Amino acid sequence: MRRLKKYESGEGSQYISRRQALRKLQLSLNDFRRLCILKGIYPREPKHRRRAQRGSSDIKILYHSKDIKFLLHEPIVWTLRDYKIFHRRTNRDRAIRDFRNLKRRLDAFPDLKLDHIVKERYPTFIDAIKDLDDCLTLLFLFSTFPSLKFVPREQSAMCRRLTIEFLHAIIASKALRKVFISIKGYYFQADIKGQKVTWIVPHYYPFQPQSKSDVDFKVMSIFVEFYTIMLGFVNFRLYHSLNLTYPPQFPKAVGQDDESELSNEQTFVSERIAALNIDLLKTDATVQDEEEEELDIDLLSSDADSERIKKMKQEAAQVRKLKTLFKGLKFFINREVPREPLVLIIRSFGGKVSWDKSLFAGATFDETDETITHQIVDRPQVSKKYMSRDYVQPQYVFDCVNQVNLLPVNKYFIGAVLPAHLSPFVDPNREEVYIPPEEKALRDPSLIETHEQSDDSDEDNDNSKSKSDEEEPIAEPERDAQLEEAFKLELHKENTRALKKIETEEHRLKARMVKPRHRQLFRKLIKEKQEKQKEHWLLDKKRKRINAEQKEIKKKRKVEDRQTKASA
Amino acid sequence: MAKNRNRKRKASPIEASTAEPLESSIEENEEIEIGEEVVDGNDSSDSEGEEVYTSDDEGELSFESDEEGNFSRNLNKMKLNGGGEDSSGEDENADAEKEEPSSSNTAKKEKLQTSVEAFKSELNGSSSKKNQQEEEDEYKNDTSDEEDIRNTVGNIPMHWYDEYKHIGYDWDAKKIIKPARRDQLDDFLKRMEDPNFWRTVKDKQTGQDIVISEADIELIKRINSQRIPDEQYNDYAPWVEWFTSEVEQMPITNVPAHKRSFLPSKSEKTKVAKLVHAIKMGWMKTTEQREKEKAAAGPKFYMLWESDTDREKMRRIHDHVSAPKRDLPGHAESYNPPPEYLFDDKEMKEWHKFKDEPQRRKLHFMPQKFNSLREVPAYSRYIRERFLRCLDLYLCPRAKRMKLTIDAEYLIPKLPSPKDLQPFPTVESIVYTGHTDMIRTISIEPYGQYIVSGSDDHTVKIWEVSTGRCTKTIDTGDIVRSVAWCPNSKISLIAVASGQRLILLNPKVGDKMLIKKTDDILIEAPKIDVLESERIKSAVQWAAAEGNEYETGYRIIITHFKPIKQVTWHGKGDYFATVMPEGANRSALIHQLSKRRTQIPFSKSKGLIQCVLFHPIKPCLFVATQKNIRIYDLVKQELLKKLLSNSKWISDMAIHPKGDNLLVSTYDKKMLWFDLDLSTKPYQTIRLHRNAVRSSAYHLRYPLFASASDDQSVIVSHGMVYNDLLQNPLIVPLKKLQTHKPHEDFGVFDVMWHPAQPWVFSAGADSTIRLYT
Repeated sequence: MRRLKKYESGEGSQYISRRQALRKLQLSLNDFRRLCILKGIYPREPKHRRRAQRGSSDIKILYHSKDIKFLLHEPIVWTLRDYKIFHRRTNRDRAIRDFRNLKRRLDAFPDLKLDHIVKERYPTFIDAIKDLDDCLTLLFLFSTFPSLKFVPREQSAMCRRLTIEFLHAIIASKALRKVFISIKGYYFQADIKGQKVTWIVPHYYPFQPQSKSDVDFKVMSIFVEFYTIMLGFVNFRLYHSLNLTYPPQFPKAVGQDDESELSNEQTFVSERIAALNIDLLKTDATVQDEEEEELDIDLLSSDADSERIKKMKQEAAQVRKLKTLFKGLKFFINREVPREPLVLIIRSFGGKVSWDKSLFAGATFDETDETITHQIVDRPQVSKKYMSRDYVQPQYVFDCVNQVNLLPVNKYFIGAVLPAHLSPFVDPNREEVYIPPEEKALRDPSLIETHEQSDDSDEDNDNSKSKSDEEEPIAEPERDAQLEEAFKLELHKENTRALKKIETEEHRLKARMVKPRHRQLFRKLIKEKQEKQKEHWLLDKKRKRINAEQKEIKKKRKVEDRQTKASA
Repeated sequence: MAKNRNRKRKASPIEASTAEPLESSIEENEEIEIGEEVVDGNDSSDSEGEEVYTSDDEGELSFESDEEGNFSRNLNKMKLNGGGEDSSGEDENADAEKEEPSSSNTAKKEKLQTSVEAFKSELNGSSSKKNQQEEEDEYKNDTSDEEDIRNTVGNIPMHWYDEYKHIGYDWDAKKIIKPARRDQLDDFLKRMEDPNFWRTVKDKQTGQDIVISEADIELIKRINSQRIPDEQYNDYAPWVEWFTSEVEQMPITNVPAHKRSFLPSKSEKTKVAKLVHAIKMGWMKTTEQREKEKAAAGPKFYMLWESDTDREKMRRIHDHVSAPKRDLPGHAESYNPPPEYLFDDKEMKEWHKFKDEPQRRKLHFMPQKFNSLREVPAYSRYIRERFLRCLDLYLCPRAKRMKLTIDAEYLIPKLPSPKDLQPFPTVESIVYTGHTDMIRTISIEPYGQYIVSGSDDHTVKIWEVSTGRCTKTIDTGDIVRSVAWCPNSKISLIAVASGQRLILLNPKVGDKMLIKKTDDILIEAPKIDVLESERIKSAVQWAAAEGNEYETGYRIIITHFKPIKQVTWHGKGDYFATVMPEGANRSALIHQLSKRRTQIPFSKSKGLIQCVLFHPIKPCLFVATQKNIRIYDLVKQELLKKLLSNSKWISDMAIHPKGDNLLVSTYDKKMLWFDLDLSTKPYQTIRLHRNAVRSSAYHLRYPLFASASDDQSVIVSHGMVYNDLLQNPLIVPLKKLQTHKPHEDFGVFDVMWHPAQPWVFSAGADSTIRLYT
């Protein structure tokens, strides 16, 4: 057998540079990019770059040679070549003004089929759901786009259709778990088949013209091309598992857009939301399988009462509560409130929702309805108020969902200064990370009361101090006793400090005994820890300062009030 | 006809443009020229008195007749259309003729009027009885042309004749002389006198003045107010359908259809056949088909995955690395975050500072607070962020990397707490001060009552341990690099390495019997029966101390050929070894006290010897060169082992009292613990110090060892050696003692244990000795 030369085996033969790949596939860079995006092929980071690059040390984009061989057998490579031919021929027709032929050619535009790629990239349905995050976020963005140079109108219409279908599936399955208003958009997290799917819906209107160097819409459009197909199949299966007909039937054709519809963004949005407010047709409305789930959990608990099962039980109870959070409640949305996220949230937790019939389509009841329990308002004042309902700001709905509880509405009244909106995505058990007092209060409801009390007591203390100052001086022996006590305390403090010092020294010595092979890692970890601690300390300090400032302002105001009263 | 009429209109522009000048002229009493437009806003009443048409020219008459003829022809045409005409209309026509004076303008109006009359008559559905009479009329009034023939210049700009006396030529080719032009005075007089002045108009064609009649004025007024000129015309007359919309039963023509129209076309047949074939073959699609296809266009979805978890076998991407999910947002990203997350001035400054390198920012966005949801705008970088994510997905190289999620504490080996390993020295108890320069070395008496120290100030001092009092100071005359108290408790002797001399010194402290006994032993020098080689002789000279030196305690002085760095005793106190790093192959020497003899154990040096050490039990010698340690068997005179230190420069070594473990300190901050039974490589490398380790020492009884370093610290550690061979030594750092002051980058030079107590002495560059208990 011939002896292998250097780089003919091992890492050197495993990787292939992009230029080599292009040559092997006989594709242009653009086509290769498209192929990679559609097929989900990505460059690899080799273990030893120098070895993988056959001795050269500059950084190249390396693909696994097996991936490139895999692409070599892909049928859509032929479609890409057909595209090339198509463009050449149509361009010729156009140049010689042979429009008859051109028309014939345009009709025979080569069709790119991606079904098999979806199945190939996602062997199981669960895999597809795991990868749904990016897909949904991008499609929600594209569903709001006007027709651009590289984003054809059909594409954004398709995105619109698919995202609405997906939201319907979420509503029907009550899969929504967490919601959050960020400065970037609305975050939603749903639990589909045990997988957490998070997506962002941008604030209206997200489209802004972008400079060419910043954003290449063509690349995004290719991603969307694949994601639409993927989401279509996911939707189909979701609908199937929910006993719903697919495609769903909407009152007005949401997917088909006329000129008039596109011309008016407002109508398009309202139609979209109107569709959300309507129940879908079911294939057979028979049994709900929620009860079965409960039974399963009961069975488990009878088997063993370990901590894990307890925890699971607790979580299941939370989810059950969440699913019926808004049951029996009727929400009315004022016109200035963004309706899409609210309709999704309220409807997926069992509430009923409506809005001004005269402004947007799809309203189910009027503002005058006496059974409305909450009206969501986002303006400082409302001219006409009904006694039978609560007027709240939109954040109320989001906070209720995140805390799995109907909160008292008094903090969310019209014009009230809202409490901070906290992210539900932070890990509650994280360590050495700053936790704002609001979150602490959420985790432990007893804290919030004590916190408030402490505030009060502080004020009381101040008062008492001032009083004591005014009173007669304390008798001397008493004072001595106090001094002694103070001294003792100080001693104790000193001792503790010394002890602490000793401990830290011991710990330092011990830390020097870390094995040499772990030393780098240890140092890194310690550095990270210290950084975290510093961050924590900074935030804590800032908060304290802010609190102090606020208190001072309050005091000043009080004094001023008193003065005005006195003068009056 | 149409052409004629056009011409007419051009020839007499009065029709359209006279009204205004007319009205204005009433007040200003100016002559009006036809075609001249006077823009004047003043209105005036129209009824200013009735005036008569006056005509001065003959040509007018002919013109009139001409007009007549013209419009009569019009009538004829109408007759043809309608198939009949009313007599009354004709009468009116005649009336108008009679009435009208001869004027071109009036004639035209006449024509209009009459045509309208004709229409009217037709409406009335007249009889055809009077056909004959009308034909006569037609011929009677027939003249050659309706052209204005008073002046034959034709349709030319009349200002061409401005310079001439005449204005054109009449029918007989005679000049038409311009009428006498009035001057302003005449004009004025005329205006005053002539009541018709306001309706007098100058004819451009003839240059004559024309007085417009009452009817004409009425007509002009109507035209001006955009009404139909004829007063009698009924705007709202019922509509008459001239051509019926109903399908007639009978054909209007009776021509039989051609045969062609019954036979199928051959060429069309071939064409259709072609199309049918194309449709059949699917080359062409009907509009119906096309519409259907269009409606069904777009992807079709079906059940792609049969079940949730089953995977179909097919070729897939090799060793797939799924992309990591995006980080979930924290509190700082909220639209209404807690106040501490918002940037203050300092953070804002930092944010702007890293404008060009945003990856160095702590957050990739600036936290913002909005009072209500309606104030939240679209995030400006949203599309860009999505785009970057797309780029990451297809361009970012992926690899599987193990990520440790352990706590830093986990990496620290599990060791017993120092509290359980007491006793060990924890506090500084005595400071021995007196030296004036760095103390390089110390040594302790076997009973532990006195210590001796050697310093750069050329002195050796002997201290009482318990009180810290300096009992004796001996000046040696050179830098003292090493002192060693003889470990044999039966003699009191100190070996002092001072420059090139090794001085054996009787300190004269402690038991007086012992002091005397020592002196007695050393007084009589043994006889040397063996002849020493030249190699040794040139290196070392033994000499007994005499006179003054003897008084101070010197007993024997061994002068070396190079400065001595180290001196060390064998455990029994008879042999001692000295090291001269510059001595090349004679750098290590072994001296025997009882025989006053010197040996050179190595004929060849294997490196720069740093220090030597006797094994406490076995007849072995440890020799440390810069990097390695060699163990020699002194009886067999052979190399036993070579220990690899893996460090750059060894400073010192210490051996465990049991003799199985060796502790080597190095200048590169490490201490190496060698288990001699285990391997030639260090069992453990201990990095406790932050600077070069100068010295280390084992306690004789307790499982303790100490190390001294240039970082001014002495670190006491627990070093337990078990009798069980299977159990490895346990090393636990216990206490860092740092009370020495730094002096010229040096810290602590030497460290030493008390023979019985868990006390440690340290000699520092700050010229103090410190005792920690």
